[in-house]
Amino acid sequence: MHSESLKILLVVGALAAIAVVVPNTNSFLILLATRALAFAILVMSVDILLGYTGLPSLGQAAYLGVGAYMTAILATKYQFGLGYDFWLVVVFGILGGAALAAVFGLLAIRASGVYFLMITLALGQCVWGLAYRWNSLTGGDNGINLRERPKFGLDLSNEVTFFYVVFACFAVSLLLMYTLVRSPFGRSLAGIRERELRMKILGYNTWLHKYIAFIIAGAFGGLSGVLWAHTAGIVSPENVVLTTSVDALLMAVLGGAGTLIGGVIGSFIVFGLREYLSTIVPWWQYVLGIVYILTILYLPTGLMGIPERIRQRRASAQRRNDAKKLAPAAS
Amino acid sequence: MSSDTSIEGGTPVLELNGLSKSFGGLHAVRGVTLKIMPGDRKAIIGPNGAGKTTLFNLITGIFPSSSGQVLLFGRDVTTWQSHQRTALGMARTFQITSLFPKLTVLDNVLLAIQGLRPSKFVMWRFMSSYRDVYDKAHQLLEQAAFLDRKDTEVRYLSHGEQRQLEIVLGLASDPKVLLLDEPAAGLSSGESVEMAHFLMRLDPKLAILLIEHDMDVVFDVAREISVLHFGEVLETGTPDQIKKSQKVQEIYLGTG
Repeated sequence: MHSESLKILLVVGALAAIAVVVPNTNSFLILLATRALAFAILVMSVDILLGYTGLPSLGQAAYLGVGAYMTAILATKYQFGLGYDFWLVVVFGILGGAALAAVFGLLAIRASGVYFLMITLALGQCVWGLAYRWNSLTGGDNGINLRERPKFGLDLSNEVTFFYVVFACFAVSLLLMYTLVRSPFGRSLAGIRERELRMKILGYNTWLHKYIAFIIAGAFGGLSGVLWAHTAGIVSPENVVLTTSVDALLMAVLGGAGTLIGGVIGSFIVFGLREYLSTIVPWWQYVLGIVYILTILYLPTGLMGIPERIRQRRASAQRRNDAKKLAPAAS
Repeated sequence: MSSDTSIEGGTPVLELNGLSKSFGGLHAVRGVTLKIMPGDRKAIIGPNGAGKTTLFNLITGIFPSSSGQVLLFGRDVTTWQSHQRTALGMARTFQITSLFPKLTVLDNVLLAIQGLRPSKFVMWRFMSSYRDVYDKAHQLLEQAAFLDRKDTEVRYLSHGEQRQLEIVLGLASDPKVLLLDEPAAGLSSGESVEMAHFLMRLDPKLAILLIEHDMDVVFDVAREISVLHFGEVLETGTPDQIKKSQKVQEIYLGTG
């Protein structure tokens, strides 16, 4: 219990620090942090599936895409969502993501492991195909430019104000997802991840639990998309392409799957590395690739797993010592 | 066989009518008929590959049966899914330990208790705020003498401890019928004796169907034994009858 509250304190402290420090830096860093926070919501939604339920989704960008395209289309074609109705768009984005996940989930949830991965990948590519080909609606390869951010009392075109709005959405999402994973429902997801058959025998309709988790992840993906559209100012097929899904998955793994906050750290690191490295070296993608590979090989529990690994190493050293003491007595 | 009449008295908690399962050409279970009344203690024995675990998988709905019927408390559940059968009051343990290895002992038990409660769908309240579930878990862990290890991750428990926890998980939902798939599998003889005593101490109203290779456990716990051979019930009788049975000697020791 004690270590848990310490962790919460650390996270709250770190977030407070971000909220205070970032707005006082330059606009480059503010935009970078805003991007990372908006995307982190998507990464956490991946973590709900991957880390807590054991479902490796490789199509999560689809839900970001729904939210983002919905925001862009409503804003440019109908001038909707540029005032107080921005919050309505947020709701629509969440519902849109959830609705798409409800449809895709029917197809994907029957599979598990690598088959789940393949199906979510294929479904994600369907959304990409639509975004790419449906020129009249999505602007095809060029995407849609959002010319302005919403204004309602707050002027979101001010980068600091917008940062705080995204930060607030992120914080609420984190709080909701944290409550979720600690709730009876969230614990049931962990049970399904560990041993689904046993969960069935214990009386859980595991399909339903996974389906609900999938829809919830989709809903947060949709929210992430709405924020992303206004952060980037452009929505294009690049947002729903496979690479974006892979990024979200790898960020979750890099930070540590099954921790929520790990995904946030992963998001900040990758966005940071990408921005800085791309200004320094042309082959920055290789660096990122190597970071991913090293993580999977040497840190399968991610950066958040480091303290636990140290603790375990100490404990096993302790056990070896104990065993040495006992060994002469036993033989 | 009306389902409305008294559940306690006349209706068997579990009834199998001509239950069969074939995998392609392999007839794993053939026409098994069995009746278990409240408080019954029955065992199914038989050589490896006799179809014992398959029979359990049919009863609990892990596999669909090829033909025949499964009745739980007088209701035909043949086409039901596992979790629906559990909800009626059935529980089982597994021959190959099926716990949640990366969760703590306490979390394992909490999941087992929550399985039949509607609150398993609650996602806006912390699990830790459910005092009643925690109290129940503490009570179960205390009975099984696990309280001191409640925060240990299950993968760090010994095999014997994991076998015991299997049964604690089975009991967590307050079942009326418990299916035990080789509870003593892999236990030392001392641990087996302990396991048998543990099983004998369980609520006498609880019906138990047991698969076991350890004959000492079987003879201690079961009052009636069925012998399964090539998926068929060969013989049913009291422990004494089975001990003396010619047929049983033949299948276990060979006809020579």
